[in-house]
Amino acid sequence: MKALIKILVIALVITSCKNNKNTNIASDISPKEAVSNEILELSIFNLPSTWTTQDNVDIELKSLKGDILVMVMIYTTCKAACPRLVSDMRNIEAQIPKNNKGKVKLILVSIDPETDTPTRLKAFAKENNMESEQWLFLRSSIEMTREFAAVLAVNYKKISPMDFSHSNIISVFDTNGVMVHQQEGLGVDNKETVKTILDLAETN
Amino acid sequence: MVSFFRLILVFLVIGCSNNILGQSENEMVLVTGGSFIPLYGTDSATVVVRDFKMDIYPVTNNDYLEFVKKYPKWKKSKIIRLFSEESYLVKWEDDVTLGINFLPISPVTNVSWFSAKSYCECQGKRLPTVDEWEYAAMADEKLPDARILPEYNQKILTWYEAPKTFENPIGSTFKNYWGIYDLHGLVWEWTLDFNSVLISGESRKDVDKDTNLFCGSAAVGASDLMNYAAFMRYALRGSIKANYTGRNLGFRCVKDVEVLE
Repeated sequence: MKALIKILVIALVITSCKNNKNTNIASDISPKEAVSNEILELSIFNLPSTWTTQDNVDIELKSLKGDILVMVMIYTTCKAACPRLVSDMRNIEAQIPKNNKGKVKLILVSIDPETDTPTRLKAFAKENNMESEQWLFLRSSIEMTREFAAVLAVNYKKISPMDFSHSNIISVFDTNGVMVHQQEGLGVDNKETVKTILDLAETN
Repeated sequence: MVSFFRLILVFLVIGCSNNILGQSENEMVLVTGGSFIPLYGTDSATVVVRDFKMDIYPVTNNDYLEFVKKYPKWKKSKIIRLFSEESYLVKWEDDVTLGINFLPISPVTNVSWFSAKSYCECQGKRLPTVDEWEYAAMADEKLPDARILPEYNQKILTWYEAPKTFENPIGSTFKNYWGIYDLHGLVWEWTLDFNSVLISGESRKDVDKDTNLFCGSAAVGASDLMNYAAFMRYALRGSIKANYTGRNLGFRCVKDVEVLE
């Protein structure tokens, strides 16, 4: 019993620092670095993965360089949390002023690439009125998706043929692909997230 | 002979070759697949694991040294921060020198998920899935599934209390039913889909099942709450990130078994 308590205490210590719901991860990246042509060490553009869009076009993440990226991982057959995550994304999009909309890409990445074909993603975009240019839907292989989720600290697991458990995290990346902000949870106050995006838009 | 050279050339070109890297290349054993109920499974509870081959030992310091010499992008001074925190190989003297008091045949630790994954891929292997790892690790010396034995859990929990086991050489714990050593008693090990664990491992977070943080978390409860040792492993997996490294966190690789047609 004593051993068990000791273990639980250790577990608490190990995990106790990860309770922040809104964390600014790399807010001290200076705007100067944004000009550089090189791929920064913390950039997701270092990932070699290729992705297919809802228009059936293959892209690499680094082709997104120059845009502010707002990303979420979902699957289109999801009935519980994803509709709320999608509405959170739309809510964020709605708060970006018109003159800055062109600087921001809102990206929904599928955690179920087997089901979410480009056709399926396209239909999903239509159903949810996410057809304008700033919306991007991506799918890749199962392995690349797992790796991408690892970078975003998104956890997910297939629990039945049609359903996944997954973390609800919206991530914001600067124009260099460096993560600057994460919002965790459903229907949380997105003030910080929107502010991060608008601040980035101002400096770009 | 010409085709042999051509083959070598191809290996060189793709950068991540399948040729012999370390001494552990051939030291794998077959784990015969089957179905089992892991602590955290799927809706239908039973998980099917296919046949696979697993490294008999965790990857050693020496194995890893050979790896970074061959693939310099994983050297301590070269690795990019996206793929590992600063604590990567933190106790190594430099890029190609182990730390003082490091045994070449101790398990390598302070490696990130990205680096462990790449190591395995460069050998034509991969990291084991959580289910595969747990499946192989539920064996004791005699039984493929020893989880029902109280001594089995007790023994593992005793290890969790033992200090600095990561300094021990590989093979210093028991040989299990499959012929695999050190799944318990040496280091924690990375798994391919460690980020499929949807418990935060923190009591304050888990109390209300966190339905807002994890969609569907209420649906996957623990199947065997008596298995504290397994709970600890899942809690660890649920709490770490892919760029994390730990003094007591190493890895080993597995390989799919090719099905003969």
